[in-house]
Amino acid sequence: MPDKQRTVLVCQGTGCISGGAERLYSALEAEMARLNLGELAWMKYTGCHGFCQRGPLVVIEPDGIFYSKVKLDDVPDIVQSLLPGGRTVERLLYHDSVIDRPIFHYRDIPFYYKQQRLVLRNCGNINPEDIGDYLAAGGYQALPGALAGMTPERIIDEVERSGLRGLGGAGFPTGRKWDACRRAPGDEKYVICNGDEGDPGAFQDRSVLEGDPHSVLEGMIIAGYAVGANRGFVYVRAEYPLAIRRLGVAITQARERGYLGRNILGSGFDFDVEIFQGAGAFVCGESTAMVLSIEGRRGMPKPLPRPRTTEAGLWGKPTLLNNIKTFANIPLIINRGAGWFASRGTENSKGTAIFSLTGKVVNSGLIEVPMGIRLREIVYDIGGGIPDGRAFKAVQTGGPSGGCLPVELVNMPVDFDSLTAAGSMMGSGGMVVMDQDTCMVDVARYFLDFTRRESCGQCMPCRVGTKQMFDILDSITKREGKPGDIELLEELGTAVARTSLCGLGQTAANPVLSTIRYFREEYEAHIYDDYCPAGVCQAYL
Amino acid sequence: MEELQEERVRQILSSYESEPGRLVPILLDVQTSIGYLPEEGVQMVARFLNIGVGQIYSVASFYSRFQLTPVGRHRVTVCRGTACHIRGAPQILGEIEKGVGLKEGETSSDLEYTLETVACIGCCALAPCIKINADVHGELTPRRVKEVLLSLGGGETDA
Repeated sequence: MPDKQRTVLVCQGTGCISGGAERLYSALEAEMARLNLGELAWMKYTGCHGFCQRGPLVVIEPDGIFYSKVKLDDVPDIVQSLLPGGRTVERLLYHDSVIDRPIFHYRDIPFYYKQQRLVLRNCGNINPEDIGDYLAAGGYQALPGALAGMTPERIIDEVERSGLRGLGGAGFPTGRKWDACRRAPGDEKYVICNGDEGDPGAFQDRSVLEGDPHSVLEGMIIAGYAVGANRGFVYVRAEYPLAIRRLGVAITQARERGYLGRNILGSGFDFDVEIFQGAGAFVCGESTAMVLSIEGRRGMPKPLPRPRTTEAGLWGKPTLLNNIKTFANIPLIINRGAGWFASRGTENSKGTAIFSLTGKVVNSGLIEVPMGIRLREIVYDIGGGIPDGRAFKAVQTGGPSGGCLPVELVNMPVDFDSLTAAGSMMGSGGMVVMDQDTCMVDVARYFLDFTRRESCGQCMPCRVGTKQMFDILDSITKREGKPGDIELLEELGTAVARTSLCGLGQTAANPVLSTIRYFREEYEAHIYDDYCPAGVCQAYL
Repeated sequence: MEELQEERVRQILSSYESEPGRLVPILLDVQTSIGYLPEEGVQMVARFLNIGVGQIYSVASFYSRFQLTPVGRHRVTVCRGTACHIRGAPQILGEIEKGVGLKEGETSSDLEYTLETVACIGCCALAPCIKINADVHGELTPRRVKEVLLSLGGGETDA
């Protein structure tokens, strides 16, 4: 089919750009112009395609041919392949080590075929800086229907029945939060989108903003209509300059097309969105801290008792605060219905989960899977197992608020409640795979080093407790551990979890308690047997 | 503060309304433009927003993004995210400390290098990684770190 028009998609996510994808794009463009490809093919740049570790990525559609680790030298061969009679560039295809053959289509690559990309539906497929591309992919179809044909109550009911849950520690039902904000008295309300992804080891918020910013905006506009707000903020880390730039372009284009601003699509509803750049404080993921941060103050969680943010949030007004992924799910739920969404996932965890799959795993990148998938499927099927023939040891989810799950739990379903029961959490969606060369005491020390730095310091249990836990863990890794340290860590951890003011402190002990729960013998080996089983702690070598 | 810097701050302020809620965006703009928050710049922002200098420092010292001292021409940021940590970020940081002769948080006296760490730059699939000014370098090994540092030595800026 030599006369078929093809699209050459070049990933321009942060990962691929660091591998030279910008220069690659220009070189492909120049070579295609030089050979005058005309009707045969055209180029498009996209956001993150997910398989960041294999970047830079080039996909040829509609065939779905997937080239990875593409270099500038490969450009002539790729362009030749688009000419009549051109041959696929086999050396750039993904090589499957199990079947020992190259795989042509990305949908057949194990990394992709077990995924269910709903929130990431457009990431890697559309040009994030072209609203026309989002529209062509079915974007802004939920909004007119919602504004014209649905009452706010109907929308909230739909969201509630979908079973969508938030990504804070508690997995709070999104519909109930919306309902609370709608019912809160007041004419002035706000919507905040939390893109402060401060968790080390997670990058899905960044990828969604870089790859499909309009899906987040569409969800926010619908949310604004449902709760009765006219102004929204997207709180994005300043460390994500590309996400900020693309979101800014999206906002401008949405205003030009009348999806943002006054009297949206003739409905009489006004809504506008601005970007607020977070200046780097993990605790600002906590809702009251984020609100203070937008108000221009230190982001320190408000002391108890305090009203809920849905009642008195930004500038004391009722405020709806949801995550990037939560908003990106909304257009899908409105378009396809609560029943469609609720038919995916498990009894109490609906839809999909997004994970940044990284660490000691063959295939790392951004994945979206149905809730309830087994941990084994993620690590072995999608992730391709552990590299270099090493042994799988643990998976860490939920970042500094989560915990480490041991290999014995590899058959557990991955959903909100199973993760919490196992001592971890869904949270930000970081999933870091660890092998036999990872020391669990060192991992716990690592996370406590993070939380002690990020503790805002206003409440004593968190300020002092994280420091004390860190000091004990540090001494164990330095061969200075004492009998009784493990018990003391457990006692301290429990006290910090019970008495801290906000989520940061309440969950700070999870990495310690979960590693003691599942890897106690490794702590004991350090203290009693004078030995670091993983060979990580320098003092024991 | 140099005259040029003063002019830059003035220009930034002219694009904002004088609302206390604009403090963080203004400080971010000043920092991006000048590289850090000079004392005179902070005083200008205080006068503009009609708030105390102390209030600005209270905010500026809270957020890790803000620098109160000048930064080097090459701002080397080592990621200490989880994926980077277990794939060898501590060794990478050690190698860079040796290479540029600085400890974390320090700036060389000739203002060539600043060495800092960040919680995560979100390139976890390319761990371990660092950022030099705006450019991310991933899948580093101690040997590749040496190459990257050598490539900076030629006097090229990559800002």
